[in-house]
Amino acid sequence: MKINFKIWRQENIQTKGAFRDYQLDGINEDMSLLEAIDFLNEKLVLQGEKVIAFDYDCREGICGQCGIFVNGRAHGPHDNVTTCQVHMRSFKEGETIVLEPWRAKAFPIVKDLVVDRSAFDRIIQKGGFISAGTGSAPEANSILIGKKEADKAMDAAACIGCGACVATCKNSSASLFTASKINHLDHLPQGRIESYDRTISMVKQMELEDFGACSFTGGCEIECPQSISISQIARMNNLFMKALLKKE
Amino acid sequence: MDQLNSKVPQGKLEEKWDKYQANAKLINPANKRKLNIIVVGSGLAGAGAAATLAELGYHVDCFCFQDSPRRAHSVAAQGGINASKNYRHDGDSVWRMFYDTLKGGDFRSREANVYRLAQLSAPLIDHFTAQGVPFAREYGGVLSNRSFGGVQVERTFYARGQTGQQLLVAAYSQLSKMVEAKKVSMYTRHEMLELVVIDGKARGIITRNLVTGEIRAHNAHAVVLATGGYSRVFRLSTLAIGCNGSAIWKAHKKGAFFAAPSFTQIHPTALPQSSESQSKLTLMSESLRNDGRIWVPKNKDEKRKANEIPEDQRDYYLERRYPSYGNLAPRDISSRAAKERIDAGHGVGPLKNAVYLDFKDAIKRLGIQTIKDRYGNLFSMYKKITGIDAYQEPMLISPAAHFSMGGLWVDYELMTTINGLYAIGEANYSDHGANRLGANSLLQASIDGYFILPNTINNYLADIVKEEVPSIDHPEFQKSINEVRAHIDRLLSIDGKKTVDHFHRELGNIMWKECAMSRNQEGLIHAISKIKDIKKDFWKEVKVTGHDKEFNQELEKALRLADFLELALLMCEDALQRNESCGAHFREEYQSSDGEAQRNDEDYSYVSAWKYLSEDKFELVREQLIFEYVKPTVRSYK
Ligand SMILES: Cc1cc2nc3c(=O)[nH]c(=O)nc-3n(C[C@H](O)[C@H](O)[C@H](O)COP(=O)(O)OP(=O)(O)OC[C@H]3O[C@@H](n4cnc5c(N)ncnc54)[C@H](O)[C@@H]3O)c2cc1C
Ligand code: SF4
Ligand code: FES
Repeated sequence: MKINFKIWRQENIQTKGAFRDYQLDGINEDMSLLEAIDFLNEKLVLQGEKVIAFDYDCREGICGQCGIFVNGRAHGPHDNVTTCQVHMRSFKEGETIVLEPWRAKAFPIVKDLVVDRSAFDRIIQKGGFISAGTGSAPEANSILIGKKEADKAMDAAACIGCGACVATCKNSSASLFTASKINHLDHLPQGRIESYDRTISMVKQMELEDFGACSFTGGCEIECPQSISISQIARMNNLFMKALLKKE
Repeated sequence: MDQLNSKVPQGKLEEKWDKYQANAKLINPANKRKLNIIVVGSGLAGAGAAATLAELGYHVDCFCFQDSPRRAHSVAAQGGINASKNYRHDGDSVWRMFYDTLKGGDFRSREANVYRLAQLSAPLIDHFTAQGVPFAREYGGVLSNRSFGGVQVERTFYARGQTGQQLLVAAYSQLSKMVEAKKVSMYTRHEMLELVVIDGKARGIITRNLVTGEIRAHNAHAVVLATGGYSRVFRLSTLAIGCNGSAIWKAHKKGAFFAAPSFTQIHPTALPQSSESQSKLTLMSESLRNDGRIWVPKNKDEKRKANEIPEDQRDYYLERRYPSYGNLAPRDISSRAAKERIDAGHGVGPLKNAVYLDFKDAIKRLGIQTIKDRYGNLFSMYKKITGIDAYQEPMLISPAAHFSMGGLWVDYELMTTINGLYAIGEANYSDHGANRLGANSLLQASIDGYFILPNTINNYLADIVKEEVPSIDHPEFQKSINEVRAHIDRLLSIDGKKTVDHFHRELGNIMWKECAMSRNQEGLIHAISKIKDIKKDFWKEVKVTGHDKEFNQELEKALRLADFLELALLMCEDALQRNESCGAHFREEYQSSDGEAQRNDEDYSYVSAWKYLSEDKFELVREQLIFEYVKPTVRSYK
C-alpha cells in the first residue's frame, strides 16, 4: 500500500510543534498502524533523520501505553480499540493519515506523539487503593461476593489507563477513568469501607490536575478500548454526593 | 573455583520456610527508616516488593522505563495465577502443587524453593483478594477456578482475561499508597544502565532519564532487580516491546552469576507470524486449551477449509500422543509437538506455520454462550487482529518465544552472587526449572516481591545497618557514570548504514532457528559464530539518529540490543554445554525413538550458573541439585 502520513512533530514541551508530511510505499495491510510507523522510522534513520516518538509497550491492547489521535479520533477509526490494535487494512490505498498526540492541558506533550499522563497516577495516589497491609488478609472465601457484584467490579476495573477518554472529550474530562477506579473498589466489600473518603479525594485531585468537568457527551464510552460505560460516571457522581452529605 | 551456597535451611521440607523466618535477623523500626533500598522494576515482583518494603519502614527508590508503573509487562498476563486452595476437593494440596511444579520443570529446580512456592500460594490469593482483585466468582460468592496446561486439578484463579492486569493494578495501587506516604520515590521513564559494586557489595545503580537523557547515580543499602524476562532476544516473542535483559546483564558483568540462560519457554498458543515487518507475536491465553482441541489435517496437501475437512482426516496429535493429558499437555511438549507437525509439512494457514485450535465440539457440548462467557474477550481480540470469527472456524495458533526460566542465579534468600544484590520475579532463575507450568509465573513474581524478599533482605541489612553507604561522589559511581556515557557516545558516533531493527531481526532469526524449540550441536556452534559476526557488524554499521540529551527511542533500543547480542552468546553456550534434553531444552541428539526428550540425571542434575570472564568467555559453576523428598522420574504425560 501507499500511504501519506501527516504527523505532528514537536521536539519537547518547550518548543512549538507542527505537522509534517511523509509518503510511504510498501506497507502491507496486515501491519499494525504502529508497525507502519516503525517502518517509516527505519526509513527516517537511514536518511539521517530523527525518528518519530510514540508510546507503546505491549502491542496487545492491554498495557494502555499507546495512544495516538488518528484522523481526528482517539485510537483510530474503530470504536473501543487501542491504537496498537489498528491494522493498515482499516485504511484505503493512497489515504492520508493524520497522527497527533492526545491534546489535553493535563497531558503535556513530551515529544512528537508522546504525552505525559502522570496525572492519572496522582489521582490513584489519592486513594485508589485498599489500605490493607501485606500479610494481614483473611481467607479469601471468608467474605463472599456474589458473581453479579464481582462482575460489576471487574467491568469497572477493566480500565487500562490509556487516556483516550480524556483525549476525545471536548472538556478533557478524566471522569470515565476516575469513575472506573472508584467504582471498581466500591463494588467490593473490602474497598467499600473507604469509599467516601476515596471518592472525595480522588475527585478533588482530578480537578486539581486541570481536567475539565464532564458534560455527558458520551464520546469517552465510544473510544474507550475497554468499553467502559458512561454510567460509571453517573454512579461516581452519586457516590460523590453521598460522600459529601455524609461528611457534613 | 567458586562455590555456590544455596543457603537452603536444614530440616523437614514443610518446615524450612518457617524455620528460616524464625531464625532470620530482625532490624528495629528506628533503624529501618535509615535504610534505603533500590528496586528496579515495578511489575508484580517489583511493585509488590517496593510497596511491602516501604510498609515495613524502609525508604525505597523504585524505577521503571514505562510512563507509569501500572504498565509493567505483568499487565499482559491473561490466563491466571495458581494457588493450591483445594476449593474443589479435586485432590489438590501443597504437596501436589509442589510435585507438579517440580516435575513440570523436569527436576531442574531446587526442592526447597518449589515447596515454598506452593506453600505461599494460598495466602497470596487471600492477599490479592484483600487488595481488591476482582477474581472470578461463582454465583454463591466463592472464588472460581479453572485448570491450566500441565496439571489435572483446577487450581488457577483468574480475573476474566485480565488476570495480570488486575494483579498488577492491585500491586500498583499499594505502591501508589506508599508514594503518597513519601516512603517510595517512584522514577518512571528511567532506565537502569549500570550496577555499582563497591568492595563486593551492591551499592547503587546508574540510570538514564528517558525524557531528558540525564545520567544519574543512585546509592542504597541494597539493590533489588525485578526487571522481568529477556525473551525479546528473539525479537519476535509474546513480550512487550520494551522488555529487555539489560539490567541483569549489567549485573552479570559485575559478578552476578547467570543461571540456565538457554531455558526459554516457547508458548504453544500464540498467533502465527504473518510477515517480516511484524514487531511482536500476540499470545492467546493457554486457558483456551481447556475447551479447544488442537489438530492438523492428516493430508499434507490439504486444500479445503478447516470446517470442510471430515473428522477422520484430522489428526488430533496431542490427544493421540498424550492420551491422559491431551490438549492440556505442558507447554514444552505441546510446542514441540506442533513444531514436529509443522516441520513435517502439516502446518496450516497462509505460511503453513500454524495449527488449528478448534472450538466446534466445545460449542456443541456447552453452547455458544458458555464459550462466550469463558473466552469472549480472547475471541474478539482474535477477530480484531486476524479478521477471523473463531466461533465459526478454528483459530490458527503457532508456538512463540515467551518466558525466560533462566536469569540471575539466586540462593534461597533470593540474593545473587553479589552481596546485597537481589533478583526477584522473572529476572531470577528459580522455581520453574527447565519449564514453567502455566499460571505459576504471576505466582512466583508476586510471592518473591510480597512475601519472600521482605523477609530475607533483613538478614543482610541487619549486618550492614551501621555501615555508611558510599556517597554518589565515590570514585566507583563516577567511574560507572563515565562508562555509561562512553558507551552511549560510542553508539551514537558509529553513524553506519543499518538500523537497530535490522540487527535485531538478524539476531532473532538465528536465535529462533538454533536456540529455541530444539537445538543441536552443529546449529549452536554455527549460531555462536553468526552472533559474533552480527555483533561485530552492529558495532561498525549501526545508525542511531538524534542525540543523548533528549527523548530518543532509537538510542534506547540500541542500548538494549547491544546487551542482547552479548546475552545471546551465553544462551547458545549454555545450550551447547548441556548434553541432554530437559524441559524447554530439547537437544535433538538426546531423544528417544518416539521423539520424546531424554534427560540425563546422572550427569546433568545441576543448575548451570555462569560466571562472566570476558565478552565471549564464561565459566560454568554447578549447583548440584539434591532431591531428598522426591525421586526424579521420567516426565510422562502419556
Ligand atoms: C503475553 C503474556 C502472558 C502471560 N500470561 C501469564 C499467565 O496467565 N499466568 C502467569 O502466571 N504468567 C503469565 N505470563 C508471565 C508473567 O506475566 C511474567 O513472568 C511476570 O508478570 C513477570 O513479572 P515481573 O515482575 O518479574 O516482571 P515485569 O512485569 O516484566 O516487570 C519488569 C519491570 O522492570 C522494569 N525494567 C526492566 N528493565 C529495566 C531497566 N533496565 N531499568 C528500569 N526498569 C526496568 C520494567 O519497566 C517493569 O517495570 C505471561 C507473560 C506474557 C508475556
Ligand atoms: S476509561 Fe477507557 S479510555 Fe479512559 S483511560 Fe480507562 S480504558 Fe482508557
Ligand atoms: S501498546 Fe499496550 S495497549 Fe497498545
